Amino acid sequence: MARETPAGDLRLANLTKRFGVFTAVDDLSLTIGQGSFFALLGASGCGKTTTLRMIAGLEEPTSGQVLLGDRDITRLRPYKRPVNTVFQSYALFPHLSIFENVAFGLRRRGIRSVDDEVTRMLSLVQLDGYGNRRPAQLSGGQQQRVALARALINRPQVLLLDEPLGALDLKLRRQMQIELKRIQTEVGITFVHVTHDQEEAMTMADTVAVMNAGRIEQLGAPADIYEFPATAFVANFLGQSNLLAGEATGVGGGDVAVTAHGTRFSVPAGRSRAEHGPVHLGVRPEKLILVGSADQVPAGHQHVTGIVTDASYVGVSTQYLVRTGWGTELSVFAANSGTSARVAVGSEAVAYWDPRHAFLLPRDAADTDRTSPVLDEPVGASS
Amino acid sequence: MRLSRWLADRWVMIVALLVLGYLALPILVVAGLSFNRPSSRLSYDFNEFTLDNWRQPCATSDMCDAVVRSVQIGFLATVIATVLGTLMAFALVRHRFRGRSGINVLIFLPMATPELVMGTSLLALFVSAGVPQGFWTILIAHVMFCVSFVVVTVKARLAGMDRRLEEAAMDLYASEWQTFRRITLPLVLPGIVAAALLAFSLSFDDFIITNFNAGTTVTFPMYVWGAAQRGIPPQVNVIGTAMFAIALLLVGLSSLRGRRARRANLLAGPAGHLRRPS
Amino acid sequence: MTLLAPTGSGQPPPAPPAARSGRRRLLPYLLLLPGAAWLLIFFGVPLVQLAAASLYDPSGSLSTGYAMTWAVSNYPDVLQAYWPQFLRSFGYAGLALVLALLLGYPLAYAIAQKAGRWNNLLLVCVVAPMFTSFLVRTLAWKTILSDNGALVGLLRDVHLLAPDGRLLATPFAVVLGLTYNFLPFLVLPLYASLERLDHRLLEAATDLYASPVQAFRRVTLPLSMPGLVAGTLLFFIPASGDYINAELLGTPNEYMIGNVIDSAFLVRLDYPQGAALSFLLMAAILAVVFGYLRRAGTEEVV
Repeated sequence: MARETPAGDLRLANLTKRFGVFTAVDDLSLTIGQGSFFALLGASGCGKTTTLRMIAGLEEPTSGQVLLGDRDITRLRPYKRPVNTVFQSYALFPHLSIFENVAFGLRRRGIRSVDDEVTRMLSLVQLDGYGNRRPAQLSGGQQQRVALARALINRPQVLLLDEPLGALDLKLRRQMQIELKRIQTEVGITFVHVTHDQEEAMTMADTVAVMNAGRIEQLGAPADIYEFPATAFVANFLGQSNLLAGEATGVGGGDVAVTAHGTRFSVPAGRSRAEHGPVHLGVRPEKLILVGSADQVPAGHQHVTGIVTDASYVGVSTQYLVRTGWGTELSVFAANSGTSARVAVGSEAVAYWDPRHAFLLPRDAADTDRTSPVLDEPVGASS
Repeated sequence: MRLSRWLADRWVMIVALLVLGYLALPILVVAGLSFNRPSSRLSYDFNEFTLDNWRQPCATSDMCDAVVRSVQIGFLATVIATVLGTLMAFALVRHRFRGRSGINVLIFLPMATPELVMGTSLLALFVSAGVPQGFWTILIAHVMFCVSFVVVTVKARLAGMDRRLEEAAMDLYASEWQTFRRITLPLVLPGIVAAALLAFSLSFDDFIITNFNAGTTVTFPMYVWGAAQRGIPPQVNVIGTAMFAIALLLVGLSSLRGRRARRANLLAGPAGHLRRPS
Repeated sequence: MTLLAPTGSGQPPPAPPAARSGRRRLLPYLLLLPGAAWLLIFFGVPLVQLAAASLYDPSGSLSTGYAMTWAVSNYPDVLQAYWPQFLRSFGYAGLALVLALLLGYPLAYAIAQKAGRWNNLLLVCVVAPMFTSFLVRTLAWKTILSDNGALVGLLRDVHLLAPDGRLLATPFAVVLGLTYNFLPFLVLPLYASLERLDHRLLEAATDLYASPVQAFRRVTLPLSMPGLVAGTLLFFIPASGDYINAELLGTPNEYMIGNVIDSAFLVRLDYPQGAALSFLLMAAILAVVFGYLRRAGTEEVV
């Protein structure tokens, strides 16, 4: 079945899913290149799992299409699609042995001799000799790998991973991330990976789509999204940003001029997503450098002054909170590289940055400064 | 001092064991009486040890006929009630439909209604409809009161089943029918078997409802009831003891199987990495 | 704000199985039809028939046929004739319930919280009596309580019983039999809710200065309430409608309403009277049940 159709990209066209009045996925269009490792990143309830289930055929779209190459698979039953899923809690069949779990898909397609294939698959996920056990006799990490083998053995065109590492503890999760990436490179199948863990998405995927409220906020390579987020949501969902509310007053000499809280700043035009009107001026905390006074700020840099209200030592860095004159607390991460002295709480400090590290985003007129990370929040709570 | 402390720690367990003794006492007596040669037909007291009752359990042939009839009715009632109840449980757990609460009430009420009321009302129906009472009316009645228990038992098992297992099967190329046969049915089967055993024991042991709808047909409980007035043959205790032994054997076997599975799990080592997903 | 908002479990609300076609929408009804029809025809309709029978002309008979005369007077008539049996039914059932609670709560608690690895075995012991016939077991009490039995002899020797005193054929025997027969129905749901009780809650209560009695009253008892309510109902409903214990272990002086109904239908063949009594029994039980549920503050029984 998997080999009948010509290989191709997975395309979602205007895909929409409503549950009653609730819109889980809102007019989503997306192309996922063949053989790529694609991550759908978002908070709980942002629609990422629903999207995945529509690709798998476990949920029927309210409208829109799912295309694989040139083939429309929107209305195909799940067992007719060359797509397999690794479920969130693995969903291993508890009454079947590991061997039979892995062989399940092959047997359903009427393939008689499955032994070689299953043995090969179990060794790919490093579970040689586990065939006779039952799922309950395996640890979480092992179950996860069985779920992966059970899906991969069918050589699907697309493998869907629904928070596959969510039930594992941190250490094992890191290990499995590397493992998954190795296997993806080895088999060359398109992986679509759903997760709420930004670090996981960035570690593993070639392309990340950040979802919020049923829509894609930004799509791109992990580094591009992190360095130049498209929206305030992305800026604070992927890592943390200091977003200062300001007004852009137009381009001059390759820079956009911004006035924020009575001070004039500038951002290179190439890092600006708005040139006029209300904007957020954004700087990542690790791009800010703390010094004692304004005359220590190197030329060509921009700064704000404030008072240090908190310093948390977290090993690799020290994280400061600096309260500005207008009351907003900025985050500053200073790497513990031994090159700079620690700043005492209560002292006055100047935080400066290179304008090439700043970015400019359009802002709702009513929106103010935003400096705290987006927590795992449900849809609509932020707007 | 030390004794009072010991008692304070253990009195709950002591009371519990005494209560279990109270529950077990009649069974021991039944087992004992099965080896008794009573002094007279109406005597319930121990008299003399004998193995005759076990050698000839069917010395009073009408008792054995009654046992056979009870088994027949129990078997048929179990099959019908299990099928009807399982279908209902599937509808209730797996589908959304109008009138769900009405159906739930219809299933709950027979379990909350005194057997006496069910028995007399069925009698009133059969008499007014001119239906002759006997084997078939007993069967109808037994299916009626067993269905609810089957629904509740199977429903619990179904509701505890992870829907994702079926989705996973469909994702792995199993059609609806294959998914039902390979995944759903094997996983729900223990619940269905438990429901069937429950239905059989309810049917086999029912007296009150049967009493009102039996006509001249005699089931085992009906026989015991009638014999209680005329004098009980000691073979009744043989049947009682044998029933108990068979049931105990079944429970023992199934728990042995369960324990073996659990031990295998322990050998495989604790699933330390598995956190429960929310 | 966002912290307070409820966070989902990562899943959208479970969708109804997609209504693929009309046939699929009909499926639940097809699945329900045979069972629901059976219950309606053989449980629902008979209740209506019973209600009708309770209003028949009481002067009719099975051979001459009954006329529907809306004889509401059947109700006060049977009440007047049989109120002692009614009172006795609820009195005995109530007494047996109190006894069963005193015996059953420690038992359920011990199995759930104290038995450790023996818990399954003890649970089987609770259910074990039901493995054999209800009637045969009740008859066994006749042997245990017999005038020539060891128990009566012992009680006479220690003067707890007069030299000619009896246990069999007394209210005591009937209440004892009721308690015995329905005790497992009380213990099992109680066990189910006590088993879920986290032992650390009691430790926390003790840590917060509760004496064992207070810990029981403030923590254990409230948390076992669902099981207690279900168990009480499962015990009380069959116990108050029972007539086997009164018949086998008692005398006509201990007859309960069940004995009267039994003889009205099967001996005297007085259907209007029997039906009226049945209905009164059901109404009384429903009144007790709903009154009790309201006091217990739980609507959820099943």
